[in-house]
Amino acid sequence: MSFQSAAKVTLRDAQLRRNVGKATGLIRAKRERAVAELPDWEALRDAGEAIKARTMATLPEQLERLEAAVTAAGGTVHWARDGAEANAIVASIAKQHGADEVIKVKSLATDEIGMNEALEAEGIHALETDLAELIVQLDPEDKQSHILVPAIHRNRAEIRALFERTIAQGQTLGYEASAIAEAARLHLRHKFLTVPVAVSGANFAVAETGTVGVVESEGNGRMCLTLPRVLVTLMGIEKVLPAWQDLEVFLQLLPRSSTAERMNPYTSLWTGVREGDGPQEFHLVLLDGGRSQVLADEVGRAALHCIRCSACLNVCPVYERVGGQAYESVYPGPIGAILTPQLRGLGEAPSLPWASSLCGACYEVCPVKIDIPSILIHLRGRVVREEKSSLTPEALAMKGMAAAFATRRRYEAAQRLARLGRGPLAKAALPGWTAMRDLPEPPKETFRDWWRRERES
Amino acid sequence: MKVALFITCFNDTLFPGAGKAVVRLLERLGCQVEFPFEQTCCGQMHVNSGYAHEAGGLHERFVRVFDEFEAVVSPSASCVAHVRERIPSIGPRVFELTEFLIDELGVVDVGASFPHRVTFHPTCHSLRLLHVGDRPLRLLREVRGIDLVELDGARECCGFGGTFAVKNADTSMAMLSDKVRHVLDTRAEVCTSADTSCLMHIGGALSRGRTGVRTMHIAEILAAQE
Ligand code: SF4
Repeated sequence: MSFQSAAKVTLRDAQLRRNVGKATGLIRAKRERAVAELPDWEALRDAGEAIKARTMATLPEQLERLEAAVTAAGGTVHWARDGAEANAIVASIAKQHGADEVIKVKSLATDEIGMNEALEAEGIHALETDLAELIVQLDPEDKQSHILVPAIHRNRAEIRALFERTIAQGQTLGYEASAIAEAARLHLRHKFLTVPVAVSGANFAVAETGTVGVVESEGNGRMCLTLPRVLVTLMGIEKVLPAWQDLEVFLQLLPRSSTAERMNPYTSLWTGVREGDGPQEFHLVLLDGGRSQVLADEVGRAALHCIRCSACLNVCPVYERVGGQAYESVYPGPIGAILTPQLRGLGEAPSLPWASSLCGACYEVCPVKIDIPSILIHLRGRVVREEKSSLTPEALAMKGMAAAFATRRRYEAAQRLARLGRGPLAKAALPGWTAMRDLPEPPKETFRDWWRRERES
Repeated sequence: MKVALFITCFNDTLFPGAGKAVVRLLERLGCQVEFPFEQTCCGQMHVNSGYAHEAGGLHERFVRVFDEFEAVVSPSASCVAHVRERIPSIGPRVFELTEFLIDELGVVDVGASFPHRVTFHPTCHSLRLLHVGDRPLRLLREVRGIDLVELDGARECCGFGGTFAVKNADTSMAMLSDKVRHVLDTRAEVCTSADTSCLMHIGGALSRGRTGVRTMHIAEILAAQE
């Protein structure tokens, strides 16, 4: 479905719009305060951008360093060209350990490749342990709508009802957030202690040391990362960082941008395996999944710098109105509009680069300074040139207008037609406008007619 | 000072009033204004809609038409931002009106009087591409008799976005209705801004809703001597 049609559907859902509007409004104000506390915020953003750009320029080398360091620390590195390969690797590891269930740390990369469904098809149930992911997973009709808070579109009453139906097994729950969380806690605790295999994503992986990191708020991730015997981490190849010291920059940028916290409650960093402490087997799966193709586009590649903080979603006026599901991807909002079409191929999501008014709010907050509006414009150009015929009505109108603007004589003729509601200028502007807005009365004379009359006679 | 007026195709055709006001205002402040008739369009709409390949000629044309001038002034923040970014050879000499008044002419009080209740919508491109900051508000505050009311959620996009307003009309309208609600909350008679494109969008809804609130380009208020 095109973004326009999907948005038409979600825009009709007033409850969703209220839920999303309220949640993004709150987090937006909090982020602003958290960022204002740091006098060197702009310098940090510059540093974040520079580190990411440098990493992308040397990506193959960084990945090989990472592989060597992880292996030296006792881990195993796997390379996956696409989602299917990655899913097969994870399934085979789970099977080797006889697991019919794995517990999961919240991970966008695994959602991107549909890992839960792929494992299910192999007879392995993947249980989400992040509270919001769990909420979405428990409702077969539901889908994630936000990078950080996948259930941002649901309010407390809806979640309470869902839990009563599912994990609380018909029991009545209290109205307080703590009572609802307790139901999830009871359900999950048992799993943490018994399931032998955990699957996670990664926020960072340091090539220098082979250290992999996950930041989170709940501590459920920490449980998955430390209790099971076997840990499998799936990571997009763009998540690598060259040096340990680079973490200094991102561990400041990420929490303030994403949850508006000075520091996130749980930062888990692990390097390979250590006897008697944590998982005794560690696998790192490096996923390409279209990323090298993104890297080949010099303008578009900055989308790979994203650290998934979700700040751009929270400030986006389009996202705020339509919600995440209209983007039909695990990456919604402004970052989704530039990442999804590049990862899947422009032909697969050709309307997404237009899902923006180019207001620039995303670029203003992005902690790694991804110029999302410029990339949107760039991708629009690519869609028009690579995916569309040069004979669409729009293309012809644009061509007509470019021709009209090319000489003064033709331009002035087109102006006269436009004032009569005809010709290339009017054709491009009229349809779709007047359904909901009035058009101003056309002026009696154009500016240049006035000037000619007043000044030159 | 001698300046060229870059009116923009949009204002030339649909909102000549904004251009006339710029001329009146600049002449009152002692500038000699010229209007190069060969000007047409800066190419912004083509570039932003994915037709950058059709805009090259327009960029070249812009340079040909305006190159001889030391300063070019325009009543459109959006088009000035486009020129600055895409036509770097001439960009630094092209100014949005409020930038020009404050930074080049060094005036804040332009001698206007406009005894009405007014609210100001800053527009995304003024704020985030040109970084004009509070320049427009500083100019408005000096206008005699004006009752300037702050607009809630002022920094939020009104939902125009060029072809976005038509291509994603439903989303655009959802954004617009919030903007209009904030405008009505101010009980202002006039909603003003540095871009007539956003104003056409906001004004279109104000008019459809028969609210009685008018839209005016900021130049028209700064030129007024009621
Ligand atoms: S694009 Fe920037 S703001 Fe958006 S999620 Fe990624 S890092 Fe955060």
